[in-house]
Amino acid sequence: MDPVEFCSLARLVIVAGKGGVGKTTVSAALARMAARHGLSTLIIEVEGKGGLAAALGGEDLRYSERVLIPGGGTEGAADVKARTLTPDDALLEYLTDHGLKRISKRLVQTGALDVASTAAPGIKDILILGKVKQLERAGAADLIVLDAPAAGHAVSFLMSARGLLDAVRVGPVRAQAEDVLELLTDASRARVVLVTLPEETPVNEVVETAFSLEDKVGLKLGPVVVNGVYPQLDGLDVDAIAAAEAAGTALRPGEAGSLKAAAQFRARRQELQQEQIGRLAEALPLPQLHLPFIFRADLGPPDIDVLADALTEAVQALDHVA
Amino acid sequence: MSEIAALVEGRRILVCCGSGGVGKTTTAAVLALEGARRGRRAVVVTIDPAKRLADALGMESLSNTAHQIEGDWSGELWALMLDTKSTFDALVAKYSASPEQAEGILANRFYRNIAGALSGTQEYMAMEKLYELNDEERFDLIVVDTPPTRNALDFIDAPRRLTRMLDNRIFRWLMMPTRAYLRAVSVATQAFLRTISRVVGSEVIQDVVNFFHAFEGMEEGFRGRAQEVLELLGDDRTAFILVTSPRRDAVEEGVFFAEKLTEAHLDVEALIVNRIHPRFGEGMPETDRQRATTLGDTDLARLYANRADFRQIADGEERHMETLTKRVAPAPVVRVPFLDSDVHDVEGLGEVARYLLGTETAAR
Repeated sequence: MDPVEFCSLARLVIVAGKGGVGKTTVSAALARMAARHGLSTLIIEVEGKGGLAAALGGEDLRYSERVLIPGGGTEGAADVKARTLTPDDALLEYLTDHGLKRISKRLVQTGALDVASTAAPGIKDILILGKVKQLERAGAADLIVLDAPAAGHAVSFLMSARGLLDAVRVGPVRAQAEDVLELLTDASRARVVLVTLPEETPVNEVVETAFSLEDKVGLKLGPVVVNGVYPQLDGLDVDAIAAAEAAGTALRPGEAGSLKAAAQFRARRQELQQEQIGRLAEALPLPQLHLPFIFRADLGPPDIDVLADALTEAVQALDHVA
Repeated sequence: MSEIAALVEGRRILVCCGSGGVGKTTTAAVLALEGARRGRRAVVVTIDPAKRLADALGMESLSNTAHQIEGDWSGELWALMLDTKSTFDALVAKYSASPEQAEGILANRFYRNIAGALSGTQEYMAMEKLYELNDEERFDLIVVDTPPTRNALDFIDAPRRLTRMLDNRIFRWLMMPTRAYLRAVSVATQAFLRTISRVVGSEVIQDVVNFFHAFEGMEEGFRGRAQEVLELLGDDRTAFILVTSPRRDAVEEGVFFAEKLTEAHLDVEALIVNRIHPRFGEGMPETDRQRATTLGDTDLARLYANRADFRQIADGEERHMETLTKRVAPAPVVRVPFLDSDVHDVEGLGEVARYLLGTETAAR
């Protein structure tokens, strides 16, 4: 499938998955892929952990957007922009837009938001999603990537609209919740990309999250990204000493042992990962996009490009996605 | 005796904290199992265990009462999966003056929202359960797994949250009988309250008012309880164990946790790092890479390239761990390597235990 077509299926892509599976990295790679194909992109962080800024350098993200990865270059890429959304900021903006600026500061400062959100939980989530909806409507970018909260939270975060419709029968919050639900359930406007690792617990959880999001929220699920797949390295089951002889060299004492141990470790992990990938395919009838494990404990901008390349290839290999 | 063994044998409460996806639940289960092996009556309170581990520990259903796990150990091993709502209901029942008062609260929509879905409630109830178990004296080792929370230390803050809400001026106003309220409240405040109603809907405000009327007289009980929970966390017999993985984001969150604990005058007494990549022999990844390049398209080149990959990530993980190790010093650091499979039975827990207790060490 053509990456531009893939990125144009819906303006809003919600990236969701369990903690520690690399949602933020995948969000960045997805945005970068789109940008390199000339689509303007905006990443929205909601948890305020600043993972994106830490990975890509520069100051922490704020409520006002900034360029995270500049475009240009030989490909003539578009910019990847990024911003954060916090409930307090979204509320302030909402009140200001609705002619209530005079008391808005006070409302936030007195902790009234905490009170209101205690009274009807999900209000904070709906404030954020309401703002996302506004950005989507306004066409803030060709592709908006929402880096969602961790799995369990993601379900309740995205469920907030339905929950509020039950709890609040009138008023602007209800109107907001209705609009958000309309956005989330319209496959031509919003889709979810789930992220997991090829490991047992993350696979179990992503299956569960997938069914919850589809059944309870009514979201359209895109392909699932399997992150951290060991790049297949063949020919690791050779004898190190024989391999050295074949290469016309000799090994220092002890060298063969650690080369062998490393090769065995990788082969074993590759095997385990393939098992989990197979299990995921059986449990979840969604196309998979595999991203390579990067053997670095810190990922930087060049790694995001490597992942964007891998994602592009994986998307190109996809059959048409409806 | 290893430092972890000393904690398992000598303390009464172990609180495992850390970000999501770092193996906190498994670690908590291992510590409780080890307690049982050392003759203690141990219970592990988990929040949301992976299904297979839950099955292995006999927690098929959400059960708020401890369930005993039989096995070949001299002590006792119990497990409990926190049910936030029924823990909260029990707390309400405990502090209600009458069954009618309790019923009124339990039926209130606002209360049901708090008890079911309010972020922070799970943390609050985990601490409440801890207090309850401590009070019962059925157990002499209680291991608590904390929720993988967005706000790192919600579980310390949680007990205070409700009481803070009870103290909020807005609720005081809402609590006043209608007429007095109209007289006492300034025009500005009325406008303010009307605005809240306009935003969230007047029904919500009405629910809140009803809730606080129903709650009247119970604040003291809750406030006192919150204070006692905090004291329990600060007790000498309680230890905080920070669990992390060597990835950068997990380590950064770990540093943040450690700082917040220090601010709350609580110390990290051990750091457990899970899922460490093994290091194969000494030497720099660059040397291996060069070798691989020189050797061209040979099997040996691939063997070197592969070892270079692992040396590279091991070096990076080592640097991350150093930062956190310094931050929590002098707390001991225990390393647990990548295991072949996820842990979902008592045997698997035993394997992790060997690393935690230092009878086996992760390659470094």
